Parts: sequence; structure tokens; C-alpha cells
Amino acid sequence: MSTLTALARALAAERGAAQRCCAVRHVHVSERPLVFIPLALAGEAGAPLAAMIGDRPQDARLLTVPEPRDRDQRFAFAAEFADIVLEHIGRYLTREETVNAREPRVRFADAPQLLLPNPAGVTFTRLLGRSTRFRRIEGPYAVPENVPLLGRWLTFFAERAEVPPSSLTLPMTQALAMHWATGQSALEDLNLGALLGWIDPPPGLTGAQAAARAEDPVRCPPAGPATDPTFDNEVLEPRLLAVRTARATGGGRAGQRAKDALADALASQLAPIWTLMWRAVELLRALPPGAHVSSRWHADKDAFTWHAGQIRDGGPPQPRRDSAVSAARRLAGLEKTQAEYAAQRAFDDPLVMAEYRMTGEAFAGTVTAAEPDRVDVTGRRKVLRPRVTVETGDAVLAAPGVVLTSPTRPSQQARVVSVAPAGDRTAVLLELRGGMGRALTPEPGSVPEPGEAVCYATFGNGFQRLPDFPAPEDTPWTHGGPPQPYVPSDDDARETWS
Amino acid sequence: MTGTEAWLARLRGRALPVRHNARTIAALAGNPGCARRAVLDAAGADKHRLAAYTGFPAPFGLSRFAITRGNAFEAQVKASGAAELLRILREHLSLPIPEASYDDLSEVGGNASPELRHARTRGLLARAVTHPAEAGTMFDHPLLTLRVGGRAAYLEPDLIAFQLGGQFRVIEVKSFPVVDGRADGDKVAAAAIQSAVYVLALRDALAEQGIPPEAVSHETILICPENFSNRPVAASLDVRKQLTVLRRQLSRLARIEDLLAQLPPGLTFDLDPDDAGVPRRRPAELAEALRQVEARYAPECLNTCEMCLFCRDEARGGTAALGREVRDDLGGVEHVATALRLARGTSVPERGSELAEAADLLRTAARLRADALGEAV
Amino acid sequence: MVMTSAAELAAGATEEILDGLATAERGVVVDSPPGAGKSTLVVAAASRLAGAGEPVMVIAQTNEQVDDLSSRLAADCPELRIGRLSASDYVPSPRIARHPNVTVTTSAADLAGCPVVTGTAHKWALVREASWPWAIVDEAYQMRSDLLLRVAGRFGRALFVGDPGQLDPFSVVQTDRWTGLTWDPMQSAVAVLLRHNPDVAVRRLPVSWRLPEPAAELVSEAFYPFTGFRSGSRAEQRRMTFTAASFGQNACDLSLETAARTGWALHELPARHTVRTDEGAVAACAALTARLLQRGPVIYSERAEAGAPVTADRIAVGTAHRDQAQAIRARLRAGGLAGVTVDTANSLQGREFDVVIVLHPLSGRRDATAFHLEAGRLCVLTSRHRHACIVVARAGIPELLDAHPSAEPVHLNVPVKFPDGWEANQSVMARLQPWKVRAP
Repeated sequence: MSTLTALARALAAERGAAQRCCAVRHVHVSERPLVFIPLALAGEAGAPLAAMIGDRPQDARLLTVPEPRDRDQRFAFAAEFADIVLEHIGRYLTREETVNAREPRVRFADAPQLLLPNPAGVTFTRLLGRSTRFRRIEGPYAVPENVPLLGRWLTFFAERAEVPPSSLTLPMTQALAMHWATGQSALEDLNLGALLGWIDPPPGLTGAQAAARAEDPVRCPPAGPATDPTFDNEVLEPRLLAVRTARATGGGRAGQRAKDALADALASQLAPIWTLMWRAVELLRALPPGAHVSSRWHADKDAFTWHAGQIRDGGPPQPRRDSAVSAARRLAGLEKTQAEYAAQRAFDDPLVMAEYRMTGEAFAGTVTAAEPDRVDVTGRRKVLRPRVTVETGDAVLAAPGVVLTSPTRPSQQARVVSVAPAGDRTAVLLELRGGMGRALTPEPGSVPEPGEAVCYATFGNGFQRLPDFPAPEDTPWTHGGPPQPYVPSDDDARETWS
Repeated sequence: MTGTEAWLARLRGRALPVRHNARTIAALAGNPGCARRAVLDAAGADKHRLAAYTGFPAPFGLSRFAITRGNAFEAQVKASGAAELLRILREHLSLPIPEASYDDLSEVGGNASPELRHARTRGLLARAVTHPAEAGTMFDHPLLTLRVGGRAAYLEPDLIAFQLGGQFRVIEVKSFPVVDGRADGDKVAAAAIQSAVYVLALRDALAEQGIPPEAVSHETILICPENFSNRPVAASLDVRKQLTVLRRQLSRLARIEDLLAQLPPGLTFDLDPDDAGVPRRRPAELAEALRQVEARYAPECLNTCEMCLFCRDEARGGTAALGREVRDDLGGVEHVATALRLARGTSVPERGSELAEAADLLRTAARLRADALGEAV
Repeated sequence: MVMTSAAELAAGATEEILDGLATAERGVVVDSPPGAGKSTLVVAAASRLAGAGEPVMVIAQTNEQVDDLSSRLAADCPELRIGRLSASDYVPSPRIARHPNVTVTTSAADLAGCPVVTGTAHKWALVREASWPWAIVDEAYQMRSDLLLRVAGRFGRALFVGDPGQLDPFSVVQTDRWTGLTWDPMQSAVAVLLRHNPDVAVRRLPVSWRLPEPAAELVSEAFYPFTGFRSGSRAEQRRMTFTAASFGQNACDLSLETAARTGWALHELPARHTVRTDEGAVAACAALTARLLQRGPVIYSERAEAGAPVTADRIAVGTAHRDQAQAIRARLRAGGLAGVTVDTANSLQGREFDVVIVLHPLSGRRDATAFHLEAGRLCVLTSRHRHACIVVARAGIPELLDAHPSAEPVHLNVPVKFPDGWEANQSVMARLQPWKVRAP
């Protein structure tokens, strides 16, 4: 992604341990996150085989599907899973807080957080949500009551994972790799065991050695949802067969033994990952949070509140695909939040800001001269427009006229007046506006003083409005006209699982 | 045997050449710049075996569940004279298909030799073009060939080529799902290039009878389970780009002499088996032989090539092992140690030399990192 | 077979397009290769529609494009009242201000009496009510479909004009959530329009008035493989000579002369893998620019039969990345040279020069990425010139292309886009080989 991260990787390779590429933590870590480790049956679309779930290291619940191809058993799994998830979510539906905005509103005081091992786990969650949220709870293909509700929540979590600033749903490999650079490639970082091997190697082992151990599926099972093929062929298949045989010959004690043996085998694949997940949570918690982490979590709480409201109000499940208007709206939202998120990370974190200093989009230096009381009399009114000169050794891409922002004075605008060489460094003359109080003399500390170390960036200023879009019923002919209204069909309910 | 073929046979040693299939042919496009892979593929060497023998077994495996699922879905699609298939082709692609006849070419009167099956396939397909009325509409298990690096590969697609309006269409049945019209991009890409292999082979078979390539459509059909059910759904794939890539790679493979000429004479990957078939060659020697052919390792190899762990081990200490982008970001410097020396300023290249600009870049990065962390790099 | 002259061909195509407007049910798309007279068509169509009593909204992408179209229309039709819809901070440029028949305003309501109203897409997106029977959308292939969504409610039928060979619209957001959807917001306006309205006719402008014959051949074959176009000028009509002689056999002079003589030159530096702001390549681009100016070039064309000097403002240097443009600009400044445009392909889109120097996107690279292989980028860079184009590149690009792995994901229900970036790059490099000059 950039020379600085690449350099961190090179350092990690040399030192045999992962190196920090962020000075602070940029994700929220809940006090009691819900850890979910799914396993899927090879060759099936999001077909659950087993899962380990819980919100505390000592409270692991193991769910298994003894006959993964049996429809009833799959829905039984979904129902049991639903109970756990909905109970966990339910805890957050009790406490509310008031938001102090121009129009005060109420939202839930905290939100649940779902942790998966990796992005494939998020995809599995999305598929499981898709396969359950359209089901009916009565009629010929009825499913247990909680199942469609589970589907809607899983879909909600999976969709939040697509929003970069959100911490509601975190694939742990992604969360860890954001903060640490290993001495291996990004592709290899997708292996949770290997990644943690670099970040937190056992005593006596280098990162590379720990990662190599983790790549051995016998020592460290894959974090799923895909299972190890050798495990499938040598352990899983015979045990599934035993369950089926016992069932066919009457069940009873033999049946129970077979199911227990299966559960043991599946637990052997899940338990090590469970340990890794909680280790990952610990490592992240140990990092100091960035200044904007809490405001982003507030946005997550808003999203959670909104979705809970949708469910309470009896709205339809999330549509299969976005309509023209909702797609465009979502893209606009993503572009806005992505830009804000990038700026926030840079403002919160000097290591992230360093990347922008590398490209010239930001520079850091020292104030060499200041006119804090300078007043501009050219306009109708007299306005306070202090000027400061900053000397920097960084590259400066900003041209005169460009408006910059400083992390330490975010409400102040600094317009570039001139950029000139000063020996082998660069001198930038800035004119400041705002963030100094109302009077014609600045409040103390609001204008940088000579000798002060400062940093200015070309991003981070201005609150961007989201553009307006037509209502869905006004979708124009260029985009296919208004979409068909959603009518729940029998097909949704009937979809047979193979 | 030509000189090149003899050379390749010597490289391969006494082992039988690995038979190509659509998947392995499609994989040729994966890393064309890797000489090691090109030589091994051209020689028909068993990369799986060689990797395992040198102590770096390929990390791939296939779960029997996946295989079973795939077979079951294919069987379902083709059941009852492919009735299900016909139905979805009619529905989803709005293709007017008359009552289809169905030809299973897997057995030819009890004798299943490849040459015979291939001959029968060629004959039937040609007749389909010249006598469209009587010809069968669907052909199950046709046997096609393609010349890959000088050897004929027999391709047995699990596909059904069917004729519509004078054009053949290749059909690929895969068991990964299409959910709400979307499927895994990498899996579709693999299916597309495999279909393209069959299109090429089919065109070759017809060309021998003087039939122009347009007789085989560049639009193939992919059949997958829909959503979470076993119901098949059809999707069209335009494989023109894949056809161009394949033709390019196959012709590249045919120019393998240029690569071979650079290899030390007498080089071989033979395992030297004794009368009982137990290899006698020392693994370290084999590894040394493999290293005589330059590889072009990138992390992407871990998903596609059996030699990946061997080459990864060799690449340790190199920036390529960290990823193509990372190497680029380090100014293209080849070794991690070099990059760090340049970053720290302990190595100062001459002005104008190849490393000078990379050094500037790395020193700046090091300065900025030290500044932000408060500790030297 | 009668050889139609380029002018006849172009006029015929234009007439067919304009005549077809009246009977078009929903609209017409016109593919316009570089320099094919797109603005002329837009102006003619606006005037034709307004003349037929159909109020027209003209939608362009930038203020500069809006002003360009407005001033041309105002000049062509002095009796036509034209409204120029603008944002509150817009300052009317002189070429707008001097037309009495152009009214500049921020509110669409003020423009009730204007048969033609022009504005940027972003400004039009803020107009809530009122509708027009016709809209003309300029640079429609460079407009993203989510922007079209915001303005399409304002019109009933539309003429979309644009260049399918140039850069696609893009977003910093990376997602495939909408891939395969017919209303994918990240696709171009034309792509989405056509997926929902396959009956909309797609026409072409067949002639490039900008590109000289050797350029039209190369660009047409590489970037417009199925449709193609021809040059509007004959080879002998375009010439370039130098007033100052060369200093002997140095590579710069050789490249300049090759380009003057044949329309193209490939200024090849020794093979090397370099950082993006490759000092050698940057220096070469700057040196070629400086030397070009020093030699006092004069061009002859249908527009300047007696010859016209090539001044700094008629020269451009094009790059893939901003930092490369920055580095070249700095070099030129250091050498005391001003007035030459140095910019990325994104910024050069839509512009025209006499001579263009291009830093090849793949130069010095070890691996190609989708960004660097993108056909649209190279198309923009190689189609800005009226007389000569010199491509600066380190040796090794054919080898790079040869070793390039193709491992891109494939998505269902997405029409395959041609030309393929790899193929286009291959075609361009192959065609430039005869005009290669090896530089030290």
C-alpha cells in the first residue's frame, strides 16, 4: 500500500517479529464481543457444519449439525444459534442514551460487536443471513420462529462489515493486520494462526517459525469456514458416516456415542481458533484507542438503533440486491465515510500521517515566524487573519490557495499563501482562519507560536453533505424505472437446501 | 522425437508425463514469467511429486465432500437425457431448442480407447454441422484434444457441447453456487478459462474437417446451483479474452526452446527409481537441480502452484516474498537486507545508479517512521 | 468503390444522427473518437432541437466544458437565448460574458424563456422540478451512472455523446457489491442507460479531425478495435518542420525528427526497473520538451496552410501519476521553461495540443497492474496531438507484457469490455517499434 508499511514489513522480516504500523488502535473493541467461528461443509453454499460462539473466553458454546445435508437439522442449528445471538443482542436493547445534537434523539447506549476470524467468515455470515431471512415461520416450509429474525441480524452485521469505519463486525485478521506489519505477505496474513504467530510468537520462536507451525493444519487447524481437506477425509467423513449408520439402525446409545465422537472432532478444530480469537482481542485491547474511535462507535450505535427499529416496526427483510437508488445512495455514503475515516486515522495517528507526509499531502515542521494579531482590512469588515511561517523537510505538494487542516487545531483553516525553498527545506506561509474565538485578537494558544511543532494536511476540512437522490418511485427510465415492490413469494420460503 | 521433445524427456526423467486437463492448461496463464513452472509444465513433470520429494509438499487438498457434491450436482443436471438442463437452457437463456437428442460419447460400443472416442467425437460433431436436422443436439463426454507444448492432451470435459442454430456451445457444470445472480469471482474466472480451453479444443477438432472456428460460439454456458438449493441455473460467459490469453500461453509454451537453451546440459528432475520404484536420488540434489531453473515466486503462487512452498522457501529474504506491491513500494529493491541498509543510510549507492532513487525513497520513509515512533529504524 | 472523402463521411454521419433525433423514442448514443467534433455535434443538435421548438438542457461535466459549449452555441446562433445555469461561486468567463444572448443564473426558474439551458451535471442534480423534453449529455462515457440517476428525472429523451475509449469513471471505494447489477452505480452513464434501453441507437462519428493519419491508424486499431475511425486529414496535409537544425546524432533530436516525419517516435531508454518518478525518464521528458522548443517547430495543417509556430502552450507532457507530472514540471521550471502543460491523463482528457510527449505508464515497471494497463489511460495520452507524439519508455515493456499473469476475477452478468488493456498496450508497443530511437 505504501512505502512506510512496506518498510515495516521489511523490518519485521529482519527482526523476526511483527512491527507496529499504527501508533494507536483504530477499531473499537467491545467489553464483551460475540466471537463466532463457523465451519462449513466443503462443497456447500454456506452450509453450516459446526460453530463455536460466546462472549467470554470461558463461555464457549459448541453447535454442531450431525447431518449437514438434512434440512431439519440445519434449521435446528439455526434456531439454536438464533437463541444465542438474539439473547446477546437483547442485552443491548435495554439501555438508551440521549444524543446531544441540534435535534436531540435517543439511541441505544451500546451496541453488540460480532468478531469473525477472517473475511471468509464474514462471507459465511452473509450467506447464512441470506439463506434464513426470507423464510416463513408458518405454512408448508415453516422454520422455527427465531430463524428469519436471526437472518436479518446476520445480514445487518455482514453489511456493516462493508463499511470501513464500522467496528460492529470485525474479521480479526483484518483488524490485526491494520495495526501490525508482519514479515510475510498480506495473503499469508489471512491465516489467523500465522498472523498471530508473527505478532505474538511463543517464547523461543521467531515470527517466521511460529507462522510456519501455524500453517500446519495438524498443529493448528484452519480458522474456517473451510475445514482442512485431510481432516475431512480422514476424521470427519468416517464420523459422519457413523452418525448416519447409528441413526439408520435405531439410534439409542450408539447414536449418542457417534454424535459425541463427531462433536469431539469438530471441537478439536474449533477450540484452538477460539483461543487465538481471544488472544487477538487481548492484543487489540492493549493498544491505546485513537481519538476518533469513540465517535465512529457512536455511528455504529446509531446504525444498530436504526436497524433494531426497522425490525420492531415490522419492516420487510433486507432486499436481495440494492435497487438503483439505494445502490447510488450507498455508494455516496461509502465515499463520504471513507474519506472521513482516512482523515481521522491520519489525525489520530502519527504513523498514519507519516504516509501522507511521504506523498506530500501533508507536511510537518516547525513554526519559524508568526503574526498572531494580523487583521485583514480589505473586505467590508475587519477580520482576524493571522499568518504563520512553517519550515519543513517534507515534500510539499499543496499549491497557494489550497486550504489545509491541522490535527491539533481541527476547526481552524490554514490557507497556503506561498511555498518557497529555504535552504534544503521548504518554507510555507499560511493564513489562518477560524478556531480562535470571536474577537479581533486570538484566544491564547489558538495560533501556533514560533518554535512549535506543527503538522498540516490537505484533507480533513469541510463537512461534506450527502447528495440528494430521487425517491425510489421516481427512479428514471435510464435506470429501468421504479423497481417492483417487494412481495414475499413462496419461492423464498420454499428454497430447498440440497 | 524432435530435439526439444528429447530435451524435455530428459528433464522429466523416467517418470511418465503428467496428463494435462483443462484445469492444468488454464493454470498456464497463472504466472507466465516463471521459467521454472514453464519448464516443468512443458516437460510434463509431476510437480506434486517433486514438491513432496524435496520436503515441501503442496498445501492443497481436495475434500471428498466437495467431490461428492460436484458429482451429485452434475449427475442431477444430466439425468434423464439432460432433461433438467434442457429446461433451464430454454427458460433462462430464451433459447428455442427443439426436442433434443442426446448422445453419450463415453462408451463406444464397449471399447473406450481415447483415440477411438476422439475419432467418434470428431465424426459426430462434423456431422452435426453438415446434417443439422438429424444430428444429436447434446453431446455428453466428448473427447477432445489440444496440443500442449508439443504433446497431445486428451481433454475430457464433463461438459456437454450442444448445437444451436449451427453453433456449438460449450457447457460447464460447476457446483459453486450463484446467489442472487452473483458468484465467487475467482471461481467464475477459473470456469471461464476452462471453458475457453474446451472452446479451443472443439474449434481444433472441427477445423480438421474444414469447419470454420465461428462454428463454436465464444459464449459458453455455466451451470451452477441456484442460491441454496440444488436447482441448476444457467449463466452466459463471454470467453473471448480468455481465448486470447490461452492462445498466447500455448504459443509461448511452444517456444520453450529459448528457455531450455539457457539450462545447464544434463539437467534432469529424474528421481532415479530402483527396480521396486523407490527413488534413489537425494532430495537435496533434486532441489539443487530445480534451483537451476529460475522461478518467479509471488505470494499468489500459494494458491495455484504445487511448487509454491519450495519456491517460497527459496525466496526468503527477498522482497518478492512479501508481495509484488510491497516490493514495488520498496523501490523495487530485491532483498530485504539491502532495502534496510539503504533505508538506514548504511549503504549509499552512487548517484545515478539503479538503487539511488530507491535509496532516496527508503531513507525518507525511515526518517518519517522514526519521527512518528520516536525511535530509529 | 467510390472513396468518400472524410468530410462527406462525417457530414453524412452527423446528418443521420441529427435527423434521427426526431424519431428516437428515448434517445440516441453517439460514440465519438478523439477529436471527432463532439462539441460541434452537441452545438448542432442543441440548435436543431431548439429550432424545432423543443427546449433542451445541455449537461456537461465541468464548468470549462459548459462554457465552451455555451460560447460556441452563442456564437453560432446569436438570436438563440441561452441560459447558463451555475453555482453561486461561479464567475462568468470572458468568453461567456461577451455574448449578450447568454444569461448566467443560479436558479433554473429564471431561465423559463430560454430554449437552451446549459450547466454541469452537479448543478443540474440540484434542480428539483421542471423538466425538459430533451437533454444532451456531453462526455457521457466519463460520467458515472449515479450522477445520471440524479439528473435523468429532468428529461424525457436524451442525446448522449462521449468517447468510449477514454478513461472510465472511477471511485475510491472498492467493492463488488453492485457488480452485475444493470444499475451498477460505478459504471458509466452510457453503460447503464443501454442496459435498460437496448433499443436506443448507438451511432458513431467516423472521423477524427484532430489526429493525423498515422495517429488515427494506431489509436483506432488499439483502442477502437470493433468500430474504428479514420483521420480527417491526409498525411501530406500535416507537416512539422524545425527552424533550428539538430546538433547531430543525439537521441533527442533523432526522436523529434522521427516524430516530425512520421507522426510518432518511441524514445527508448535502457531497460531498468525504477521507482515511479524515474529520474532518467523524467529527465528525458524534460529534455525532449526543451529541445523541441529550442528548435522552433512550425506546423502546417488544413487550418494553417502557411504554417504556424508551435508555442509552449501547444505542447503537453502526459503521465500516469501526479508525482511524475510534478517531477517533470519541477525540471522544466528549473530549466526556465514555462507555459508547457504537464499533467496526468485524467486532467488531459478532452484537451488538444500540437505535440505531446508521453511518459508510458508501464515504463520502468517490474509488474503491470490493472491501473497501469488500463486502455483508457493510454488512449487519452496518445490521442491529444494534432501533429506528433513522442512516447518515452524504458526498454522491457514487451517482456513485461509477456510475463503478465492474467488472474482477474470474472463476474456474472457483466458485459465484457473491449479493448482489453493488455491487448491495447501490446498493439501500441508493436506499432511503435518501427519508430524507435535508442537513447543512452
